[in-house]
Amino acid sequence: MAKPMDQITWRELEVGAVVVEVGNAMEYETGSWRSERPVVNREQCIKCGVCWLFCPDVCIVRAPEGHFEANLTYCKGCGICAKECPVGCITMISEEE
Amino acid sequence: MDRFSVFTSRLVEKSENFTSGHRACQGCAEALAVRLVLKALGRDTIVAMATGCMEIISSPLPLTAWKVPWIHNAFENPAAVISGCESGMKALMRKGRVPKKKINFVGMGGDGATADIGMGPLSGALERGHDMVYVCYDNEAYMNTGIQRSSSTPYGASTTTSPAGTVSFGQQTEKKNLTQIAVAHNIPYVATACPSFPFDLLEKVKKAAALPGPAYIHILSVCPTGWRIQTEDAIKFGRLAVDSCIFPLYEVTHGKYNLNYRPYKKIPVEEYLKGQGRFRHLTDEEISHIQTTVDRDYQKILKRCEED
Repeated sequence: MAKPMDQITWRELEVGAVVVEVGNAMEYETGSWRSERPVVNREQCIKCGVCWLFCPDVCIVRAPEGHFEANLTYCKGCGICAKECPVGCITMISEEE
Repeated sequence: MDRFSVFTSRLVEKSENFTSGHRACQGCAEALAVRLVLKALGRDTIVAMATGCMEIISSPLPLTAWKVPWIHNAFENPAAVISGCESGMKALMRKGRVPKKKINFVGMGGDGATADIGMGPLSGALERGHDMVYVCYDNEAYMNTGIQRSSSTPYGASTTTSPAGTVSFGQQTEKKNLTQIAVAHNIPYVATACPSFPFDLLEKVKKAAALPGPAYIHILSVCPTGWRIQTEDAIKFGRLAVDSCIFPLYEVTHGKYNLNYRPYKKIPVEEYLKGQGRFRHLTDEEISHIQTTVDRDYQKILKRCEED
């Protein structure tokens, strides 16, 4: 969008409140909700992609070396990846640390 | 290679049609289900979605998390709107106004929109034989408005309108069996799925889209907020529901039953119930009643699968 979301007024909306831009929810950064972040131990990771498949926030991305890591801009810190990892290489660390 | 089904996470479709930045609660298995369904369907899809959690979290007005054409409907309408879309596109293709191609028409709704409010239009759309898929995301209550009971809420669950306490043990009636209602319409394809079994879900959605005629998919989507469980356990509880046979995974293709997943060891329902805050008040008597009903329903499904 051309403008930040909080500056948009009703005049700028399309007729019928149609949203013409696809997938623009990416502008809203849900990472600020997080209280714990997933940290991947790269030595243990078997690069299976189970964390990627089970992430409800579509925030796990494949790093160039083949590992999977969370994009912390969108990660809400639910901990599903750490729980489902078959080798247990993901740990949840408190954001305060 | 063609003779084997290979199930590896890395072989699953990479493109995402449901983006990050949606506002689902942490650990929402319903958002995961939507993501997997759209992965299976691809870009040539039109979605009509009823009011509910998924609509609220994915499309706060100037933003949308969808990368496919998406229409917002009132609670009653998704099945009616998507059948209109299908008929309209069919007419436009016949007249040559739009190029002919295979488009997936998908109606989506929560359990409230499907089991309670949109039951009539859904029944009509299934009966008229439109080439569409209807997906019900069943999180077993009206989670969006604050956990009110729906007709899909299971026996004994405590919700804000069926609270457990000294007088009541929660929901008094049994869960409405929507899958069997869909089967009774004699449509080409009906299936149950759960995002805890992602490959099964992907295969079923692909099959439903490929078969001509209406298809109905019932997806159990665990809701950590409403079920009162830890966010990281969302996948685990989906698995427990299937392993305890509360939610058997089966499909009905042209009236032929097929059980897709037979638990290696059937676990008692207590293991599924005891971890959830909405069931924690249940006494042994009520748990044994639930076990009896679950066994009864599972035996029925098994019998039908063996007959076919």
